[in-house]
Order: sequence, then structure tokens, then C-alpha cells
Amino acid sequence: MALTRAEERAAAAKIIEEIRAMSQKLEKPWRFMEVCGTHTVSIFRGGIRQMLPEQVELVSGPGCPVCVTPDDYMDKAIAYARREDIIITTFGDMLRVPGSESSLGEEQAKGADIRIVYSPLDSIRIAWEHPDKKVLFLAVGFETTAPTAAATVLEAKRQGIGNLCLLSAQKLVPPALRFLLQDPEIHVDGFLLPGHVAVVTGTGVFRFVAEEYHIPGVVAGFEPLQILRAIYLLCRQAAEGEARIENAYGSVVRPEGNPHSREILEEVYEPVDAGWRGIGIIPRSGLCMKGKYEAFDMEHQLPLEREFKIRKTACRCGEVLRGLVTPRDCPLFGKSCVPTHAVGPCMVSVEGVCAAWYKYGQGRFQQFAQSGKA
Amino acid sequence: MCLAVPAKVTEIKDAMGRVEISGVTRDVSLMLLPETKVGDYVLVHAGFAMQIVDEKSALETNALLAEMNGAPRTVD
Ligand code: SF4
Repeated sequence: MALTRAEERAAAAKIIEEIRAMSQKLEKPWRFMEVCGTHTVSIFRGGIRQMLPEQVELVSGPGCPVCVTPDDYMDKAIAYARREDIIITTFGDMLRVPGSESSLGEEQAKGADIRIVYSPLDSIRIAWEHPDKKVLFLAVGFETTAPTAAATVLEAKRQGIGNLCLLSAQKLVPPALRFLLQDPEIHVDGFLLPGHVAVVTGTGVFRFVAEEYHIPGVVAGFEPLQILRAIYLLCRQAAEGEARIENAYGSVVRPEGNPHSREILEEVYEPVDAGWRGIGIIPRSGLCMKGKYEAFDMEHQLPLEREFKIRKTACRCGEVLRGLVTPRDCPLFGKSCVPTHAVGPCMVSVEGVCAAWYKYGQGRFQQFAQSGKA
Repeated sequence: MCLAVPAKVTEIKDAMGRVEISGVTRDVSLMLLPETKVGDYVLVHAGFAMQIVDEKSALETNALLAEMNGAPRTVD
């Protein structure tokens, strides 16, 4: 029983009117952060920023897994890709992420065997077909994606596959939120919480945001109307001085999440301190494979000899990802950094904040605002 | 990257379910959602069914609108 287009539009108009009424008398605008790259894209695509009154600001957070993957990880992936005996499997948006001197896309053009997969499970088939090679899946993603990689490891083990490994740069969202909340420079009045992360984790992992920091959080879906509804709920909490974690995506997010996914995750991985591009090391925010799965851990199977370091560039991704500046404040934005030639990873991934600003931010705002109001 | 789409399960064999996503038939793993039954709508991400989808979204919007019009608070 879905709403018709007209009903959706009427609902959106009503929600915006209520948001306007609530925020009218504010001295300082409310600032809400969306921490998921898929939200960033939907917000732009739906023209949601333009529909909101000036008193409600949306800022983007570090929620694009590709964007926060540090360049030392890319350099390691590239070092493996250069070996004749390795086939890399990866999601497509990793190909253009710059490492310190090359990218996987450039290596592929030079002949490296790099294959884009739809599911990590596809790596198992490729491993079967190439028993003489090692297949390396680049395991990047948040809690949504990490169980799919962990399940792939369990399935490979069950099938007795000995030539499939992962290079893990998987990350956890709650420690990143805590890190942001502890930063005195960052000021947010509420979080739009990532719906598909919560599908796995449930809503309890976000409770500390409200309980320890007195900041509201609302788990949101990805349709424009679902996002608007969540923003309304954030406004309502802010207006009433409340701080709770609400679930505005009850159609798929259960309070307990998906226990099977979490079990599989805990079977294969354990938390480690992890580097986030442009942000630095966040304690216990990454996942590494447990010792008992070292047969599937590339860095254990074929350790690389060189050391890999994070390099410095003029890219301001780190500040963009913490909501401190918008991409427009970056001197490279739209000049030397564009989607076809990205300097920083936020411009690479379709879910990157800079890419979204570039794609939807140039002259299209008006058009979107108008169609949004029509 | 955390994009996931709903799809209806039309067939189940071993730990795999058959779904249709925008006109393309795909086999998805049910390893993370073993309770899946034929006919369920599931959220699919990276080749795995992640959760069963309830048709609740429209109801949630309607409840919220009713609250704005003065009905007691039910949305959370
Ligand atoms: S515009 Fe490019 S260089 Fe600037 S912050 Fe964004 S990704 Fe980095």
C-alpha cells in the first residue's frame, strides 16, 4: 500500500510547513549531520536542502566507505594488483580512488587482472576458475557490507577454497560518531543515522549518542519522503529539548538488527584501531580478521615488504567529512579536482560529498528547488 | 556503497533465493537471512538478502501526518 505521487507531494509539503513553523524563531540554525553517503546522494537528488528553511542546515559526515579508505590501503591493493599471480576482485567505485602514485584503474589499464564484482561471493567462483592464482577481494564497507564479506569467507572455507583472501578496510560507524562528538570543533544538533547500517546493527548501538552526548538521532530510509520525515523528527526533538534515538525506517530496521549478520561478523572479525582518510586513527573503528581465519587474510598470507604511509595533499576531504567545511571551500574543488580527475576520494565515489556537490551543485540547485516545490 | 534494494523472493534452493531486481533475475544468498520464505520481500545488498521488508513506510507517513493534525503521538 504505497502512497500515490500526489499524496507523497502533499505529505512532503505538510512536513516542510511543520519544519518551518518549528524552526522559525531560532536564533541559530539547527545543524543536522547525515552520516551515510547514500543519504548524501538522495538529499541532493531530491533537492531536499533547497526545500528546507534556512534555519535547518544539513551537513555531510564521513559516511562513504570508499571516501574514508586511506591511501596506504590503496597502495597495498595496488602492490598486490601488480603481482602476476593475483586477481583482484572489488566493487567498481574503488577503481578510481587515488593511491600515492597510481590507482587500481591505472593498474588495470596496464594489464593488472582486476575484476569488478557485484557480490563478494563472485570471488569464490573466480577462485574456482583460477586454481593457479590467488584471488584477493578488497573488503571495504561499513556494517552493511562487512557481513557479506565475512559470509564469503565462511562459504569459501566450507567449500575448501584455498586461494581466496581478503584485504580488510571495513569500518564501524558508531566509533566514528563518538570521535566526531568528542571533537570540540564539530557542532551538530542531531544525526540522520544510516538506515542500512542499522539493518545489521539494530538501533541500540546508537543509544550512546543520546544518552552520553544528549544529541538526538533518527534512523532514516533513503526515499526523499523518508528523509524528510526523519528530519522532521529531529526538529521535533530539538524543539522539545529531547535526545532520543528514533527509528523512522521501521519497514526494514528492527531494534535488534539482523542477529545472523552480527554473529557471522563476530565469527570472522574483531575490532581494531583504523585509519580514516583525512581524519586519522579512530580507536576500534575497523575490522580485522581473527587469527583463526588467517588463511583468508592476504596480509598474513603474502605480507608486503615495504611500509606504506599516508601522504599529505591539499585535499580537504578530512574537514569535508567532519562537516567543518563544504567542498566549495576547497581550493581544488571543480578546478584540479573533478570526478574524471579526482585529487581526493570524496570526488571519486558517486557517494562522495564532493562528487555530489559537483554533480548536483552547479546550476542545478534552482531547477531542483523548483521541481521540488511544484 | 550501503545501497540496498527490496526484491521479491520467487524461489528458494539450498541457501540461495531467486529474486527479480529491476527486470533482472538474480540469485542471492540467504546466509544472512535464513528465515526467508518464498513470497517475502527482502532487502538485497551485495548479493545477500539482509532483512525482510514490511510494507510499513506508507503507514508511517500517514501516522505522522495524523499527529501533525493533532492526533496523539504514536510515531517513534
Ligand atoms: S574537492 Fe577534491 S581535493 Fe577538495 S576536498 Fe573534495 S575531494 Fe578533496
